Amino acid sequence: MPGLKTVDLQLPATTEQLRGLDIGTVVYLTGRVFTAREGVYKRVVEERHGLPAAPEILGRVNFHCSPAATIEPDGSFTMGAVSATASFRFAKWLDGWFTLSGCNIIIGKGGMTSADYRKLFVPHNAIYLTTVGYGTGALLGRGITRVADVLWVEELGLAQAVWVLDVVRFGPFLVESDLAGNSLFERENAKIAANIAALYEGTKPATLRRYGETDDKTDEVI
Amino acid sequence: MPLNNGVVHVISIDTVQKTAATLMAKAAIEIPDDYLAGLRRCADTETGDLSSFVIQAMLENYEAAKEDRRAMCGDTGVPRWYVKYGNEARVEGGPVAMEAALRRATAHATHSVPLRPNRVHPLWRTDHNNNCGIFAPEIDYAFEPEGDWVDLTTVHKGGLFGSDYRMLFPGDGIDGIRRFFLDTLIGFGKRGLACQPAIVGIGLGGSKDTCMVLGKQASCLRVVGSRHPDPKIAALEEELKDLGNRIGMGAMGFIGTSMVIDCHIEVGYCHTGGMPMSVHMFCLSSRRATARIYGDGRVAFRTDPEWFSDYMRRADVEWTGRQTLAAE
Repeated sequence: MPGLKTVDLQLPATTEQLRGLDIGTVVYLTGRVFTAREGVYKRVVEERHGLPAAPEILGRVNFHCSPAATIEPDGSFTMGAVSATASFRFAKWLDGWFTLSGCNIIIGKGGMTSADYRKLFVPHNAIYLTTVGYGTGALLGRGITRVADVLWVEELGLAQAVWVLDVVRFGPFLVESDLAGNSLFERENAKIAANIAALYEGTKPATLRRYGETDDKTDEVI
Repeated sequence: MPLNNGVVHVISIDTVQKTAATLMAKAAIEIPDDYLAGLRRCADTETGDLSSFVIQAMLENYEAAKEDRRAMCGDTGVPRWYVKYGNEARVEGGPVAMEAALRRATAHATHSVPLRPNRVHPLWRTDHNNNCGIFAPEIDYAFEPEGDWVDLTTVHKGGLFGSDYRMLFPGDGIDGIRRFFLDTLIGFGKRGLACQPAIVGIGLGGSKDTCMVLGKQASCLRVVGSRHPDPKIAALEEELKDLGNRIGMGAMGFIGTSMVIDCHIEVGYCHTGGMPMSVHMFCLSSRRATARIYGDGRVAFRTDPEWFSDYMRRADVEWTGRQTLAAE
């Protein structure tokens, strides 16, 4: 695609490699990633169960994902499509999670706020990659060459379990936050905001109001 | 009066279950032609570089899904069923057997496609790993005055973002409708939470629950390019589609013009004091598939659910075989 820089990243990525990634860059990953979302965060960060496996086994890339996958009776796996789930809901666990897991890349849907990046990601030299679409589940499914392990299935169920995945040219992703905590989505929101007042010109707020809502259309709802 | 010279055909439950199983896979894997054509039009006109990149990646993703027979999106939505009976249709074992067959097809497809086991108990988060549970999958019914066929449609809609409901009042007028439409698209369009470009469905009127149902069905069960039979409502569909694409927001909330693939409005009579409105967005993975099972056992697959009909939208006490919407 003309205009968009594309980078192939070998995992685990060093801080130096991450420093070279500007927001809006297209990224493909090769190496090991693992899924973890609210079920895992609650267990690890709140309930202090420890990690489901050693960091060397899990890798340093945490994917906010529940795959469309099956464990066959013989213990083998059928991996279908994989897409991310919206990440903003998980911010409250991330500081503890980074400390315990050593992750430096989070992959998800939709990102978090730049305030969260500065508070939670920057101190841990971590960046956020957003999936594209959403979602390119079939393309991402193709990028998975092997399911190395599935952990905590009994405890958390298939959707919340930890899927440890070996991937080759897994993507595409877009760099949503850089090591300075800038957000691609917020940059785009700011540009779009300029047009919004004109869209609403001449209309008046609904007769029946709602508690607690913003009426500033340049705000976000997350 | 039975059709076919008085011979009453009975659709076998085995045919129902096999057809339902095929539909589950088709919905998850194959993007419907009408949505695909609409997205290709977006690809041709989109000028935002990031939004264009996203659309191009999605077009490649549909190809990969079909080639690999893999679900197009890892979030395979919440499978549900719409069943429409021609008035003369008979199914072996009756409606209870029909519901059992649809539940079985849903559970089996979750394992065989595979789909993500998305359905959990709202409080205990219990997951049966088969997309079945209390009130899941939903099965909705409609009827047509003639025919010995049954139409089965499955929709696997994503479930978290892009829908809203609001009680508006007659004094809010069309401007109030425009405003709530923009509120919903802008709110859920940022960061692409709604997975746009989307088929936006709007429910206007009805009781509150009907309002939600009509809007959801307008987004999920009408094809891109279809228009409401009332010309003034059809014109409002065009206007809102255009308005949505003028927000300045494209795929994933990046700068662009690709927000609305199409806009569909369904109306229902409501309380004289109110004008309830709902908005729903059927996403980049607009998963739906339909089949008609005829009385003689033939099965014809298609992507247009043909759900809304003159009969369903009838306004008079008696059905006369013809709708008179434009006279309203």
